[in-house]
Amino acid sequence: MKSKNRKINFHKFPDKFGRFGKFGGRFVAETLMPLLLEVEREYEKAKKSKTFINQLNYYFKNYIGRPSPLYFAERLSKKLNNSKIYFKRDELNHTGAHKINNCIGQILLAKRMGKKRIVAETGAGQHGLATATVCALFNLKCIVYMGATDIERQAPNVFKMKLLGAEIKPVTSGTATLKDAMNEALRDWVSNVTDTFYVIGTVAGPHPYPMMVRDFQSVIGKETKQQIIKAESRLPDLLLACIGGGSNALGLFYPFLNETSVKIIGVEAAGKGINTNKHAASLSKGKPGFLHGNYTYLLQDNDGQIIDAHSISAGLDYPGIGPEHSWLKETGRVQYFSSKDNEALNAFKLCCNLEGIIPALEPAHALAFLLKYKKNLTKNTIVVMNMCGRGDKDIFAISKNLGVDL
Amino acid sequence: MENRIDRKFFDLKKKNKKALACFVTSCDPSLELSEKIINSLPNYGADIIEVGIPFSDPMADGPTIQRSSLRAINSKSSISKTFKIIKNFRKKDKITPIILMGYFNPIFQFGLNKFFSQGKSVGIDGIIIVDLPPEEDNLIKEQTQDNNIYNIRLIAPTTSKERIKRISDSSKGFLYYVSVMGITGTKKPSINSVKKSVISIKKLSSLPVLVGFGIDSYEQIKKLNNFSDGCVVGSAIIKIIENAVQKKLNHQRILDNIKNFLKKLKKNDNL
Repeated sequence: MKSKNRKINFHKFPDKFGRFGKFGGRFVAETLMPLLLEVEREYEKAKKSKTFINQLNYYFKNYIGRPSPLYFAERLSKKLNNSKIYFKRDELNHTGAHKINNCIGQILLAKRMGKKRIVAETGAGQHGLATATVCALFNLKCIVYMGATDIERQAPNVFKMKLLGAEIKPVTSGTATLKDAMNEALRDWVSNVTDTFYVIGTVAGPHPYPMMVRDFQSVIGKETKQQIIKAESRLPDLLLACIGGGSNALGLFYPFLNETSVKIIGVEAAGKGINTNKHAASLSKGKPGFLHGNYTYLLQDNDGQIIDAHSISAGLDYPGIGPEHSWLKETGRVQYFSSKDNEALNAFKLCCNLEGIIPALEPAHALAFLLKYKKNLTKNTIVVMNMCGRGDKDIFAISKNLGVDL
Repeated sequence: MENRIDRKFFDLKKKNKKALACFVTSCDPSLELSEKIINSLPNYGADIIEVGIPFSDPMADGPTIQRSSLRAINSKSSISKTFKIIKNFRKKDKITPIILMGYFNPIFQFGLNKFFSQGKSVGIDGIIIVDLPPEEDNLIKEQTQDNNIYNIRLIAPTTSKERIKRISDSSKGFLYYVSVMGITGTKKPSINSVKKSVISIKKLSSLPVLVGFGIDSYEQIKKLNNFSDGCVVGSAIIKIIENAVQKKLNHQRILDNIKNFLKKLKKNDNL
């Protein structure tokens, strides 16, 4: 596998058709095509603009609070064969997750394009919250599409988004979940072409979104590279992150993809188990198909109808996966495993007790995998795990699971 | 080999008539009723039939067609069943063109070679794959050519002249102009802006142009037919089906309601 990988320059993708190998692309209705071509053109220009880069860096530093620390998790490391476990602390970002890195980037682009109205989809509410926040900052109208059931489950985030001036549109079409919220946001976008920009929250959707979101999130991996070299004078042996759509993971992985000495693992949500029908493990159990404008692994039935995902963590509850992950899986560069709901809950509790960090349920899945991976860790193993979100948003779901009434 | 779509436009032109294309979703609300509806459409005035392949995530469609897809999926629709409906239709009707319309994933999962060869053998004349842009033509080029199934494309209000040219060059049969900025069955088109667009498309292409999205009245069709080659009616028919399902009407009543609606659309007006 390694010799095969050495030939691929992972930083040369996507190609001009938005393909990562055979995955990705731009499979949308003609109504959307001209919009996507415009976003792509404008993004390519912005990427080369000094003003744009300076603005981005300014808000990363002064508004989000970047760089986020790379923290040596001492007690956890001791428990795991005295290895060296580091957390990349993106949960300390403003609004409590990595999502805002991407929102700042896309909304600065929307402003450059003269757009006045922002639409976004959200599942757990973290991307909606980050979008609402940045819209408040830049005085833009913000519409967030959210599945009706998610609105009920995520009351605190819904309230916060409203405080920030966003309009929440409940989605009742289809199965009223994250994928339907994404359908609705796309429908809004084609209906309001001239003044509206669609801020997608993960490395999915049609080209150029998977590339653009990855680029904005790559700040996580770039910082990590500098920080780990400063701390350990070498690259880590293992990178670890949870995967829903996969933006926090790609953000961490991307700058390391050509470093063949670094092993990389992504952790999907196995829900109640990948052999049940209640999980979100698109890479382990899905097959390639077309949804939301790209070719990627999907949970679907034999007729090609999309199946609902399940996870205790609403942020991992997506039946697809970013197309670049599908490609990284097929090339063997990244390995993908999964953790179940109950394993994530146990890891969640452990993290609270050992490190004094209340993690979101999403990174708790990555941590749960690390606990299962213990036998492979030695005194010399350096691991970086992306602590991509904090657990504030999950306390209601978790208290319910622990049988505590809040 | 002649394609029924070309024949139809040739015949209509000779009679100085415009086309009425009717869209219904396959297996909505059931295979049995869907088959009856499709079989009846030519008698009610449909010149072309568009049969929707249900998909769980119809990105370009409004709520009416979304619900229609869900009803069909819940009634255990499949591409094989759709083919069966069309095979039976063709036993009696050898002239009305049938165009399948849908999203790429169900077709891709069915198998592209199998889809187009079976499609040909049951008597399909064209295909509209909503989310397959001309940039990705190569994925189905061979199959459509080998089976003489026309790849029909949508043109949107946002489509640039260069793209219109490119789309027209890679299309056969007719072009489908999306009359509104948005999704099916929601907004009403502005006749004047549609007119401008259709005229400019016709300057770039020799193909017939049909107008669709948001069309549900005789008045609209009369105006649109002045400059287009016909209209597509979809959500309005689906609404009649939905309404009838909610009221639990019997099959004959549902068919009568569709018939009366389409008669009203045409007003026996040689449209």
